[in-house]
Amino acid sequence: MIGKNPLVVPLVEIPIFDYTVFMDTIADLMKDESRHCVAYHVVPLHGKLRFFCCMASDHEKNIVLLSHEQNTSPLPVLPSLTAAHFLFHMYEREIWEQYGIQFIGHPWLKPVRVVEDYPFYSIEGDGVHEVGVGPIHAGIIEPGYFRFSCNGEKVMHLEIQLGFQHRGVEKLFLEKPSGIQRAVLAESIAGDTSVGHSIAHSQLMETLAGIISSPALQCERIIALELERIAVHIGDTAALCTDIAYQFGQVVNEALRTIVINTTQSWCGNRFGKGLVRTGGSYYPLKKDFILLLLANLKEVEERFGQITHEIFTNPSVLSRFEGIGKVSPHQAGMIGAVGMAARSSGVKRDIRWSHPFQAFRKTTYEPVTLHQGDAWARAMLRKLEVEKSIQLIGNLLSGHDFERMPAHPVYELTLPASSFALSLAEGWRGEIMQSAVTDEKGNIMNYKVKDPSFHNWMALTLAVRNQEISDFPLCNKSYNLSYCGHDL
Amino acid sequence: MALSIIKIFPRHGRQYIRDLRKAVIPEGFRGRPVIGKDITPAEEKLALTVCPIAAIQTGPFRLDLGKCEFCMECSFATEGKIRFTNDHRLSTNNRESLIIKVGEDNPIRVDQFMVRKEISSYFRYALKLRQVSAGGDNSTEMELNASGNVNFDMGRYGIEFVASPRHSDGLVITGPISSNMAEALQICYDATPSPKIVVLAGSAAISGGIYENSPVVDRKFLETIKPDLYIPGNPPHPLTFINGILDLTGKK
Ligand code: SF4
Repeated sequence: MIGKNPLVVPLVEIPIFDYTVFMDTIADLMKDESRHCVAYHVVPLHGKLRFFCCMASDHEKNIVLLSHEQNTSPLPVLPSLTAAHFLFHMYEREIWEQYGIQFIGHPWLKPVRVVEDYPFYSIEGDGVHEVGVGPIHAGIIEPGYFRFSCNGEKVMHLEIQLGFQHRGVEKLFLEKPSGIQRAVLAESIAGDTSVGHSIAHSQLMETLAGIISSPALQCERIIALELERIAVHIGDTAALCTDIAYQFGQVVNEALRTIVINTTQSWCGNRFGKGLVRTGGSYYPLKKDFILLLLANLKEVEERFGQITHEIFTNPSVLSRFEGIGKVSPHQAGMIGAVGMAARSSGVKRDIRWSHPFQAFRKTTYEPVTLHQGDAWARAMLRKLEVEKSIQLIGNLLSGHDFERMPAHPVYELTLPASSFALSLAEGWRGEIMQSAVTDEKGNIMNYKVKDPSFHNWMALTLAVRNQEISDFPLCNKSYNLSYCGHDL
Repeated sequence: MALSIIKIFPRHGRQYIRDLRKAVIPEGFRGRPVIGKDITPAEEKLALTVCPIAAIQTGPFRLDLGKCEFCMECSFATEGKIRFTNDHRLSTNNRESLIIKVGEDNPIRVDQFMVRKEISSYFRYALKLRQVSAGGDNSTEMELNASGNVNFDMGRYGIEFVASPRHSDGLVITGPISSNMAEALQICYDATPSPKIVVLAGSAAISGGIYENSPVVDRKFLETIKPDLYIPGNPPHPLTFINGILDLTGKK
């Protein structure tokens, strides 16, 4: 079954393959190097386990949806997909953790979110030692456990154990069924991506319910999304400067980020855009006064960010700390199924805004920024270039639309189709966000699945620090700025 | 290079907010709510139905800011009878004062009689805090970071986040306390030398918020420890945090 983002399909129309045929089909699909898996998870259905898999191609710009089915007892033992296509490694680990299914040939089925008795990889040998950090880190930062295997100062291997932020988000989507509860949950999947995750959620609910949101609303959402991107990218530029002790770059960017998040606050009363994106409508339609403020602030930010980044990227002492540090090659990025910034800074052109356009992106052409260097410099530079593009984009969206209209209020009482599968993709500032739902015979949501870009991209950080000085870890880490809560759910 | 720095500095200007005690957040910010006296039973019922986390309670009708996610749905449902003012001073040591009753429009403050003696005697001039994230969404963490940035600069009061609990005078907890963080939080608390304070920042930390009743949340830690300060918000604004800490430690 081939579809486009977002999609909703009756369950009966999704082909159920025999597992060997399923594997062959995946192998076939993977011949398109730009194809990657955006969803692979299990839904218990009619006493069986149904495995849904969505394969999206960056170039073909379509999504292939397929499935296979297994008995619950005895539990199946399946040949691993990871063995041939490494980008499945996280999905299979997650399925193994949640359903106890063994995948033969998977390099190591390790827990994803269970923290007890985690089996760490360890290296033995002369001069090899381990450095453990966490779960509480030195700073105001989320928890995770990092174990470095080092030879002297050099990192041979980093293993990242996550799950400490696990709070049961996906289950809560089922246990708290009101539209408002789900909206609040969606914006708390990752607080720094409130808008991104809320768009993915609203879009999913609207697709299921067959609601088509107005062009103005779609535009507003994208403006909010790009504001979020601008704010985080500038904040991260500040943080990157902090980590290389370049205080000038830090403070100037901190101040610019404040302007952007305060602009979001002027729009909706919250600096992170919480409450701004809702299903079917909005309580905060763009008003003339706000548009003027937005344009003025963005102009100010654009000019000052232009000046400071010129300073940053021509400063030899900055460049010598950024260039060549934490390199991830295009091959590695493709192999691990990196998404978003982690992919684009390593030469993989992958951006949902371009390949699987959603909301207002359906009516504009967005050309992604791609850099091939794959180092800390590329990840910093990508932020600069994306900030510039997003500011431009907001300008275009504002000039091309008439926002003076009666606002449609959010719709929380939705009638959903029975026995259907739905998928929604959006490109948050980190990258591809996936949310998906399955409804039962009565049209109630019986399964809700969330995937933050960090689910794949933590592996990129692991690869980035290999053979680096351990002292470069903070810089590498910051250059990705991955989400713990988004991963842990 | 020097030339462009000269260009950048004047536009960067003076970023810090001069008086954090008097700073006002513009209208529209979701701060302390007020429930209008004229709210009708029908509107009360509406508010009760829309609230995603039972922050609205009845008998008598009230709003618990310790649970509230500031989603504004009750305000929209009652067409403004429940109104969120731009008053950002929400921090208190008295859990009771987070319960907003009909017709009340009183500032929320730290109750000085309830503050433990050692807090002002030890921490009035300097306070080092260790932050522990325990299952939240990271937005409160970002606002805590912002509290020390070039705009809010709480370091001017000697208030600072430090890396080790051994260097700290207390913990700032964010998130509902996930089961997976319960042990680490306890270890961190035990490693902090006494006297120490415990601050709960954000609705999730105060009450569990939207994650209340999740089977993978474990709030036992709070059964043994009495928090010294509650800082509501989703997330709390840096001004809410800083002013709360200043009130608690008795800083002018
Ligand atoms: S603003 Fe607070 S009290 Fe009102 S509906 Fe939302 S969570 Fe409930």
